[in-house]
Amino acid sequence: MRHLIDILELSVEELDSLVATANDIIDSPEKYAHKCDGKKLATLFFEPSTRTRLSFEAAMYELGGNVLTMADAGSSSAAKGESVADTAKMISCYADIIAMRHPKEGAPLVAAKNSTIPVINAGDGGHHHPTQTLADLLTIHREKGRFDNLTIGLCGDLKFGRTVHSLIGAMSRYKNITFVLISPEELKVPDYVKNIITDAGHSFVETVSLEESMPSLDILYMTRVQRERFFNEEEYLRLKDSYILNTDKLINAKEDLVIMHPLPRVNEISVAVDNDKRACYFRQALYGKYMRMALILKLLDIK
Amino acid sequence: MNIDSIKNGFVIDHIKAGKGMEIYRLLKLKKLECPVAMIMNAQSNKMGKKDVIKIDADIELDMHILGYVDPDITVNVIKDSVIVEKKKIELPQKLTDIIFCKNPRCITSCEQELSHEFILADKPRRIYRCIYCDAEA
Repeated sequence: MRHLIDILELSVEELDSLVATANDIIDSPEKYAHKCDGKKLATLFFEPSTRTRLSFEAAMYELGGNVLTMADAGSSSAAKGESVADTAKMISCYADIIAMRHPKEGAPLVAAKNSTIPVINAGDGGHHHPTQTLADLLTIHREKGRFDNLTIGLCGDLKFGRTVHSLIGAMSRYKNITFVLISPEELKVPDYVKNIITDAGHSFVETVSLEESMPSLDILYMTRVQRERFFNEEEYLRLKDSYILNTDKLINAKEDLVIMHPLPRVNEISVAVDNDKRACYFRQALYGKYMRMALILKLLDIK
Repeated sequence: MNIDSIKNGFVIDHIKAGKGMEIYRLLKLKKLECPVAMIMNAQSNKMGKKDVIKIDADIELDMHILGYVDPDITVNVIKDSVIVEKKKIELPQKLTDIIFCKNPRCITSCEQELSHEFILADKPRRIYRCIYCDAEA
């Protein structure tokens, strides 16, 4: 029995296979409409994340399965003092697979160690969010047609942004990747993440300027720069507009640039950019559902 | 300074000066009733200064603790006042309830019954990470 807690638990071959399954689901959804007949997905969300939960639930319904929801798990079982381990043991009696979101880092791993059914980490605090990375990978594959020979710009909060760290980890396993790390000084990528890049033999550039980096990029992955991450208000006010993507900043971008964002967006991408054909972030959310479908099939060992 | 030689037990030698007390604490040597000698800042040709711990009892030594604190130490096993074995220490792959995760966002911070487990994530840099939250030890 397999779980998915961290994206790096999946080999490159397994990722390629999930991408292939997701592509096949997109091409022939009818083939998959009854693959999970009689199966139940339990969505245990100890903190609210409506988008991720709905994406999991839509994925299971489109496979013909059913869903048991504990959308307010944090105010039910945990509030009564039940441990994550006990919750996992109990849910194992009712469902066939679990998707768990929890504010504490490592909670899905505790669930996996105690569950008799597969556990998918649907986000544990600021730690891992592997199905977001699966969505990111399918987006890159569908929009660029490859995982190698890419210059990937990551912009915004690169210090605390877990989606950024996971994507760097996953993409570092492919060939000839250059990372352009665009962030304010305070929010630079941590050293251990830079080590992942260099240990894999790739190079990276650190810069504070989104505009200067733009012409070289094949992919631009935007994240939000949050006010509370700054040490002082002055610095925030000085920098906040530098990391807002608008149509002016795209003037020197490549024609086939892929603009991504894990969503929800607040103001870091101007709404005017939505009409640009290079804006892929809403398709990215859709791809997330297909990858979750592929993942559910894999973990339930359904061919 | 004279310390009686030991008959059956261990001499933990070549401990980096200053690390002896950490080993003493982690091995919970305070709880032993047998003679235990802690020698700090002893002269060493190789190291300049070193700490040495002598334990006059055939106890079960936790090699993971020793390896974690200082993998360069030597453990001499003494039987009938003679060194019968020199144990080689290695960095342990896994540490369970030896060190504790300090990350307040880690699940171990709120679920008290969980073991605190760390794995060796980077051997050359001697970095251990919590298996739950990846926080560095």
